[in-house]
Amino acid sequence: MTKSELIQRLAERNPHLYLRDIEKIVETVFEKITQALVQGDRVELRGFGAFSVKHRDSRTGRNPRTGETVEVEAKRLPFFKTGKALREDLNKDLASHDDSSSQSEDSWY
Amino acid sequence: MENRTITRADLAEAVYEEVGLSRNESSDLVESVLDEISNTLVKGDNVKISSFGSFSIREKGERVGRNPKTGVEVPILPRKVVVFRASHVLKDRINEATGAAQPSAPQGFGQSNYNSSDDNY
Repeated sequence: MTKSELIQRLAERNPHLYLRDIEKIVETVFEKITQALVQGDRVELRGFGAFSVKHRDSRTGRNPRTGETVEVEAKRLPFFKTGKALREDLNKDLASHDDSSSQSEDSWY
Repeated sequence: MENRTITRADLAEAVYEEVGLSRNESSDLVESVLDEISNTLVKGDNVKISSFGSFSIREKGERVGRNPKTGVEVPILPRKVVVFRASHVLKDRINEATGAAQPSAPQGFGQSNYNSSDDNY
């Protein structure tokens, strides 16, 4: 599913809204998440997942082909951690035949 | 300026301000966006949001895990996980904020190497 397909599906679910408003809603959601990450904030969407930014210090890297050393600058990388509900929905069929142990397992891996 | 946590309520507020729907409807629409993405992933399809990133499903095989507290070996069943790959637009925007304070990187080998590997997705 692409962004335009997402907009299309939302339009089908919300026939009372203008398409341009739905486009704006989708843009706003991802823009707001992006702005939060740019500021170094965390975005926590319970059940869906959390976006965060991790810092990587500068380091001396090596070009694996030439062996030449290269300074790799410090950088910040966006990360996503899947929320519990989504993780469980993805593995519904698994959980059904392993219901007894799934809860205790979940706490440590 | 300490970091804060953005939630659904903040996204709904942004939609409310930008689009001019009611607060209730704004928060419903935010929920619908997340629902559509979740449902698509549960069906096994990828989700690609241009200039943001893509979500895809990776199937993990069964492996033996160990409870770190008790040391007991437990089989970890095969399962599906979501993988998020940020688009280079998102990565660049996140780094511009810090990068602006630093002198720009020399366009050396390392730089071009980084860019070319980044183009793969």
